[in-house]
Amino acid sequence: MIPELGHFALILALAVALVQGTLPLVGASRGDLRLMALGRTAALTQAFLVLLAFGALTQAYVTSDFSVLNVVDNSHSAKPLLYKISGVWGNHEGSMLLWALILALFGAAVAIFGANLPDTLRSRVLAIQALIGVGFLAFLLFTSNPFARVYPAPPDGNGLNPLLQDPGLAFHPPLLYLGYVGFSVTYAFAIAALLEGRVDAAWARWVRPWALAAWCFLTLGIALGSWWAYYILGWGGFWFWDPVENASLMPWLAGTALLHSAIVVEKRDALKSWTVLLALLAFSLSLLGTFLVRSGVLTSVHAFAQDPARGMFILAFLLFVTGGGLALYAWRAPQLQGGGLFQPVSREGALILNNLLLCTLAATVLLGTLYPLFLDLLTGNKVSVGPPFFNATFVPLCAPLFAALCVGPFLGWKRAELWPALMRLRVALVVSLAAIVVAMTMIDSRSTLAALAFGFGVWLIVGSLAALSDRVRSGTLRTIPRSTLGMVISHAALGFVVLGSVATSSWNTELMHTMKPGDRVDFAGYSVLLDRMDEVRGPNYVAERATLNVSVGGKPYTVLQPERRLFTVQRRQVAETAIQTNGLRDFYATLGEGNPQQGWVIRLYLNPLAPWIWLGAALCALGGFVSLSDRRLRIGAPSRRPSSLQPAE
Amino acid sequence: MTPKRRRLWLLLGSLATLGVAATLVLTALNDNLVFFYSPTQVAEKSLGPERRFRLGGLVEQGSVQKDGQTVRFTVTDTHKTVKVVYRGILPDLFREGQGVIAEGSIGPDGVFMAREILAKHDENYMPPEVAKALKESGQWKDKK
Repeated sequence: MIPELGHFALILALAVALVQGTLPLVGASRGDLRLMALGRTAALTQAFLVLLAFGALTQAYVTSDFSVLNVVDNSHSAKPLLYKISGVWGNHEGSMLLWALILALFGAAVAIFGANLPDTLRSRVLAIQALIGVGFLAFLLFTSNPFARVYPAPPDGNGLNPLLQDPGLAFHPPLLYLGYVGFSVTYAFAIAALLEGRVDAAWARWVRPWALAAWCFLTLGIALGSWWAYYILGWGGFWFWDPVENASLMPWLAGTALLHSAIVVEKRDALKSWTVLLALLAFSLSLLGTFLVRSGVLTSVHAFAQDPARGMFILAFLLFVTGGGLALYAWRAPQLQGGGLFQPVSREGALILNNLLLCTLAATVLLGTLYPLFLDLLTGNKVSVGPPFFNATFVPLCAPLFAALCVGPFLGWKRAELWPALMRLRVALVVSLAAIVVAMTMIDSRSTLAALAFGFGVWLIVGSLAALSDRVRSGTLRTIPRSTLGMVISHAALGFVVLGSVATSSWNTELMHTMKPGDRVDFAGYSVLLDRMDEVRGPNYVAERATLNVSVGGKPYTVLQPERRLFTVQRRQVAETAIQTNGLRDFYATLGEGNPQQGWVIRLYLNPLAPWIWLGAALCALGGFVSLSDRRLRIGAPSRRPSSLQPAE
Repeated sequence: MTPKRRRLWLLLGSLATLGVAATLVLTALNDNLVFFYSPTQVAEKSLGPERRFRLGGLVEQGSVQKDGQTVRFTVTDTHKTVKVVYRGILPDLFREGQGVIAEGSIGPDGVFMAREILAKHDENYMPPEVAKALKESGQWKDKK
């Protein structure tokens, strides 16, 4: 009964979305206030209905209702509650329902928090949001119904993919989707602005919080996914340039560019049409990511479903959203006249450089991700573009971005001098150069590139702090705007990510050894003893657990217990890594296959600064949230001025 | 500065960035493309030890021999086979009769030396390349 209610709620939601996607648009163009007011009610109703549907599916999972096909395929009665709930979105249908839910919730959020928006803009934004919703709800109902029943109901389910039964991955999809779908709001704002033919400082100030929120969630989602890959895939890497990782990185890069260019629109009334274009691109790339993941066109670890009908649907939708957006842009953007003038060396100039480089980075990733697809279509050759490609293109392009990143905040608007800015950064410059020298002489003399990259990481941290201390000198910490504080935190956090990635990938130590209980091995100054092997029983798995006693200089240091879990339902083994961290490095151990006669294969890693990667990513998102709490954005009710800003010259 | 000059600056800057990016991308694509071959294709082409590629197919039943950290097995597309040697911990989903992708190169003794065995998240998941190779050799069985 409840699954049918969920199904019915979903159908109603589609009907409501159709109304919300059309009538307010008509109202906005005719100036009919009643039709425009409809958008708000419809958005709230739609969110409620999709929430109901999602609740119904969750209920089916929690109570293990095996008359629902989706539950049978992806759940099992012996699974812990957390994974029963996360199983809701651990499959194709459920994850699309989650997408639709977040989309509807964002629509409701615009309806609630958008009280200060002009009526026409708000109703247009809500209508566009609803039209996207129509696409996804129709996709769910016509190709991927999560509520399909199965008769007769099997006694138990097939269980969730054991690799997904992990706390990190339980929250990875919701966070990632909050990011992806958050960009639908900026997309809707961009389309609404094009329809109105008007982009100004007020528009930018309304859009920025949404872009910022989406960006923060996307940052957290990517970081969580990377952390998961780090400890579950068991070879110490944290980023594999897998197509799916790239799919989430591209909207992140475009979104980062959007955040920065929106500042220029808000402060200087320039870069308008470019910002609108970025808003269109960020969401299009999010959809592209969904298409790549859901259609299974690319060899990827995440490809759940390889159903051509689903792939075609998303592809058509992607073409409609991107193509429609770009066509509207081509038609209306020339009307958006730029405002403030500026010199190449200025805050605006630095932000343009930022945008240029971020977009080039996104294009590089896009090319590397889609190239195998094109080559296959054109020549039939199967190729893969792996980490070497991205290391050779992405990393060098980051260098100018990082170099300019610390200088930008020291440049004034309109026109600035480069030399005084560099003088104020001299401490950071000296410290970074010293870091390069130290890295080259003391840590590793072989890799000059790693040392340089290390220097860039230090430069980002010290340079960002220099911007902070500069502001403090001209006031107190309390008077600094939250948005500035957020910027400093996020910029410095990027430095931590760089330091962590460089140190882990360049200076890690690795050892693989076959051991029997009682064996001892020396590893990077530690002595590791395989104390014993145990059989352990979990809720839905049995595991072999190795107990490794690690000692330094004869003194016990720590105990690591990596496991190999055999999930009984799926008959699948999953290695559970053991990691001991002291904040500066990870001691990382995985257990391979083995038996008492020949011993077990044990792999040990020492990953310097690895925790900083995720610490940095979390700080990066924190900076975004701090900036989001800025009073100006919260009040955010700038009145629309009829005239543009004064020209600079 | 006039809008015209500003546009010129922007244009020059964009062109320079794109030029650098294009150069990087082209050289990187030249050097780092890894082709995917089935055992049949490996037999047709004579691939030297300097050529790194991906080998895909099924792990032949009964072919896996483990000796400490070294694993030897045979990859087949049911037409031809290639012997593979790999040192390291196998991914959790590695199993006889299942699809596998190995990256590496042919050694002097004609054995494929895998540097990496690719892990896939789902046991029902068949790499599209393997599926295609199996279809071409007429061994494809629809599961569902």
